[in-house]
Amino acid sequence: MAQYQNLFTSVQPVGPLHDGVELPRGDDKRLGKPFLFHLLGRIGNAQIGPIYLGTLGFASLLFGIAAFNIIGFNMLASVDWNPIQLIRQLFWLALEPPAPAYGLGFPPLDQGGWWLIVGFLLTISIILWWVRTYRRARQLGMGTHIAWAFAAAIWLYLVCGFFRPIMMGSWSEAVPFGIFPHLDWVSALSLRHGNLFYNPFHALSIVFLYGSVLLFAMHGATILAVTRYGGEREIEQIVDRGTASERAALFWRWTMGFNATMESIHRWAWWFAVLSPLVGGIGILLTGPVVDNWYLWSIKHGVVPAYPLEGAPVMDPALMGAK
Amino acid sequence: MKLFSKIALMLAAVVTLSACERPPIVTVQTGYRGTGMEQVYNPRTLAKEAALNQAPAPAPEASPDGPKASLVYQNVQVLGDLSVGQFVRHMTSITEWVAPKEGCAYCHNVQNFAEDSKYTKIVARRMIQMTQKVNQDWKTHVADTGVTCYTCHRGNNIPQQVWMAPKDRKYVNSLLGDLAGQNIATKAAGLSSLPFDPFTPYLKDALPIRVNGNEAMAGVSSNANRASLKQTEWTYSLMMHMSDSLGVNCTYCHNTRAFQSWEESRPQRVTSWYGIRMAREINNDYIVPLTDQFPASRLGPKGDVAKVNCSTCHQGAFKPLYGAQMAKHYPELQTVSKP
Repeated sequence: MAQYQNLFTSVQPVGPLHDGVELPRGDDKRLGKPFLFHLLGRIGNAQIGPIYLGTLGFASLLFGIAAFNIIGFNMLASVDWNPIQLIRQLFWLALEPPAPAYGLGFPPLDQGGWWLIVGFLLTISIILWWVRTYRRARQLGMGTHIAWAFAAAIWLYLVCGFFRPIMMGSWSEAVPFGIFPHLDWVSALSLRHGNLFYNPFHALSIVFLYGSVLLFAMHGATILAVTRYGGEREIEQIVDRGTASERAALFWRWTMGFNATMESIHRWAWWFAVLSPLVGGIGILLTGPVVDNWYLWSIKHGVVPAYPLEGAPVMDPALMGAK
Repeated sequence: MKLFSKIALMLAAVVTLSACERPPIVTVQTGYRGTGMEQVYNPRTLAKEAALNQAPAPAPEASPDGPKASLVYQNVQVLGDLSVGQFVRHMTSITEWVAPKEGCAYCHNVQNFAEDSKYTKIVARRMIQMTQKVNQDWKTHVADTGVTCYTCHRGNNIPQQVWMAPKDRKYVNSLLGDLAGQNIATKAAGLSSLPFDPFTPYLKDALPIRVNGNEAMAGVSSNANRASLKQTEWTYSLMMHMSDSLGVNCTYCHNTRAFQSWEESRPQRVTSWYGIRMAREINNDYIVPLTDQFPASRLGPKGDVAKVNCSTCHQGAFKPLYGAQMAKHYPELQTVSKP
């Protein structure tokens, strides 16, 4: 007998291809003729398309592609137009923000001007995409939870690349567009401001991040464990609780005394996921404009653990008159 | 599982693990428990490096008796106080350390040893003065162990690990692709994408290395700590160079919970602090002024001379030659020669 309750999808239920519900007046037509793709059916829905692009989606892609290309050509130019080096060093390359000397001004193109242009294009693209997620949800008669969750991520993006640099008075404080270079930026931010781990908002953000992971594992596992009783039909079980839901609830009540419900678990997950960039963004925004050194801030507030230091005390040679 | 999947999985495992160093790795605790104050070593890498960092046996001592070198030979501007025997011993040792293949002729015109016609002789004389200066006035860094020519040269005409200003990319004046001094894989930046020339600003010029302030809260106007994130990346790159040169982690000097805190640092940080100043002095007072002496073939892409950084002496060891007591066998290098 076919099984439908494993870690991997072993059965693909495939229905007739369909375009989906009728769209309200004023909406564009959906693009593409839907087709089935078996391999994708193993991790999701086997039906691909149709896509609703619309004006917002089209404009967003246009701005996004422009930004992507400017970054790419700058990277290619930085390795003297050598395509092999572009591939070899792709993770190292970047489009770097302007030098601190330019402040919030507009530098020459090759001195960070491109970075500003890309930042503008990418931000427009992301915001258009956000409006698109909002509009599509509304047009489908859904809530706008996805758009607001996406907005939480955009908040963190804007804090790092826009709000904080403005508050610091320099575009140079912003994140470079590059794989390793943006990670170096993260390290540098922590090093410059006395260790980000002492930033309570950073700590809170990690709580929600790891909390999201834990919740996701608990929820995913619970539902997989009760799929044999139809537990994956979660939404139906909210209004018409069946044996799957009862067993899942019992399991957690027995093991830890408390259980989320079929409905509330999704609220847990949503809030944890959204709060992670939300409080993280607050933490980054305080780093520099308000708090210069989180380690010293934590000393001041008595939250740095003290432990014995070994050997003779070490003194700063610069304070002892050495040059 | 199908055979294909098995092969694919095994290949993926091989590719993923190929970048890893195999265990066991040795950890040495250097501070209070639970604080991550420790050094991590791969004993196999260490064994290879140990073989490369052995000091040569000292030359047999020469008698201090007899006439002084400056009275017997002409144009002796350094080491003239030595007896002829000691002087010859020193010259023989230098040859072994710096030009074992080329011999005396690398620096001297063998028809007339006193002549200053070869640039190598002029450079060598200045390098002897530099070594004496380091041993005499930089005990804060080299302590009583001291240095000799061999500390850097190791049998090479030019020490293997030196730095020059990196050459510009080909289309440096184009409208696209400014590197901003970073974002490309180089050995100098420890194969990171950090700035690839931390030496010019810190080991030649004396730009501020410190980026951390002493106040918790952000100050205003003159009280503000203006160090930028970009500046932090340059400092970070210099620190990577130091870590790489000495074969140690950050925690060799710093307590990584508070990089700036001196109270929580290890005393090695002080030694290292003086080392930065020492390298700066060596470059500015001894090496850069010799630039005009060198033939163009010895100069870098920007026409600058090969300069020293931490790896020039350390070459991957926490102490050059693991602190071998080599210099004490050459007392003539311990103090600056009187002119």
